[in-house]
Amino acid sequence: MIESFENFLTIINEYWEPFLYWDGTQFSGLAVTLWILTLSVVLGFVLALPLSVMRVSKNKFISGPVWFFSWVFRGTPFYVQLLLIYSGIVGLEFVRDTPLLYTFFISGYNCVVLALLLNTLAYTIEIFAGYIKATPYGELDAARAYGMSRWKMYTRIILPSALRRALPAYSNEVILMLHATSLAFTATVPDILKVARDANAATYLTFASYGTAALLYMSISFVLVWAFRRVERRALAFLAYENN
Amino acid sequence: MYKLDVKKIHKSYGQNEVLKGVSLQASAGDVIALIGSSGSGKSTFLRCINFLEQPNSGSVLLNGEELTVVQDKKGRLRVSDEKRLQLFRTKLAMVFQHFNLWAHMTALENVIEAPMHVMGIKKNEAIERARHYLNKVGLSAAVEKQYPSQMSGGQQQRVAIARALAMEPEVMLFDEPTSALDPELVGDVLKVMQQLAEEGRTMIVVTHEMGFARNLASQVMFLHQGSVEEQGTPAEVFGHTKSARLQQFLSGNLK
Repeated sequence: MIESFENFLTIINEYWEPFLYWDGTQFSGLAVTLWILTLSVVLGFVLALPLSVMRVSKNKFISGPVWFFSWVFRGTPFYVQLLLIYSGIVGLEFVRDTPLLYTFFISGYNCVVLALLLNTLAYTIEIFAGYIKATPYGELDAARAYGMSRWKMYTRIILPSALRRALPAYSNEVILMLHATSLAFTATVPDILKVARDANAATYLTFASYGTAALLYMSISFVLVWAFRRVERRALAFLAYENN
Repeated sequence: MYKLDVKKIHKSYGQNEVLKGVSLQASAGDVIALIGSSGSGKSTFLRCINFLEQPNSGSVLLNGEELTVVQDKKGRLRVSDEKRLQLFRTKLAMVFQHFNLWAHMTALENVIEAPMHVMGIKKNEAIERARHYLNKVGLSAAVEKQYPSQMSGGQQQRVAIARALAMEPEVMLFDEPTSALDPELVGDVLKVMQQLAEEGRTMIVVTHEMGFARNLASQVMFLHQGSVEEQGTPAEVFGHTKSARLQQFLSGNLK
């Protein structure tokens, strides 16, 4: 027990810098994990807004492609998606022949963020679309009766209401994305888990190395959950759980 | 010239013709009560006036101005110019049976929403206007920060009436405004409506409240199976009922 605690101290003592932000040559660890998480989640959120609106369209030519995209990306494991994007695409002839594409796909960072982005986008579209569809019909009736255009109905009524109601489900998706980032090391991106593997390889203190990574992931999850709870308390006040 | 002139509205759902040429003329200050049993078409008729339902034929004129309509593939009338329809609707504020307040907005936000974001009124002006009308429907300042889910049905419906008033509409459309309320809350809402009627506002009211129709309406229309069966002043309609249908309806209704 004591021994294993000391192992943790050894790992933290020797590897705190790479675990947090710098491995001597490049950014690493927590900083990298947070960076790829933020980039993919923020881009995913922004793209999911118009795509979820398209997803609920009655026009099959608009909703169909979005449905197909989300079906493909929810139907395959994230690791497979990452392998296809990082190892697969770069081997395609037309990618090798197009300098712009080649430069993009040769970078592990680009591939990891793209894979995370497409994955979270697929799930976020489904979450948002579900809540958009659940908008009470009477509220839309009122919006129409008060002269709102379709654009106004979406920007003032449907999306503000749906996004608030979607918060608990969406916060869950963000936590799952945090966990998904731990595959970034397979594409040479030096995230938290990559540092843990290096520490393990150098010291053979396996439990302490991966345990430190686990503690870091838990701390991020904890902060994320706490932040989402705070936002939910404000944004979901209209559901009035306590007040009635 | 009539303030609101609705001519020969026909509406069918498939083979089922629910409105068979219903017309209505309202002069400024008229309070027209639409009565009739469930399924008589009175709510559908009201919803055709602001094109929440698309009639198959007929026309609606507000202050003599007609909305141009075109027939779509299914034979329903569609207003060709969306912008004009939106402008038209702002002049015909509607109050719904189930209030239909926007749940993610507080009472005050509900009332300032359309004036600000549809009519383009400045925020402080809209808030001032909203407070005036919330006060008028008898809601205290404490209510303005509450969400619909935190209010009673009577309060919600009064917020909805304030929301309609804040549009400063030409005509107000009420779709069974008291039908979803607990009996003890009906009075609060009726009191507000009485006040509006006495102010000379033009109102079209679909209602089951015979007391309201008898005492406050300037005209009563009785709809039966999609047609106007009987129509006139309350004294004529209730005092000298001609049609057997209406007699039957009233005998079931009046206590």
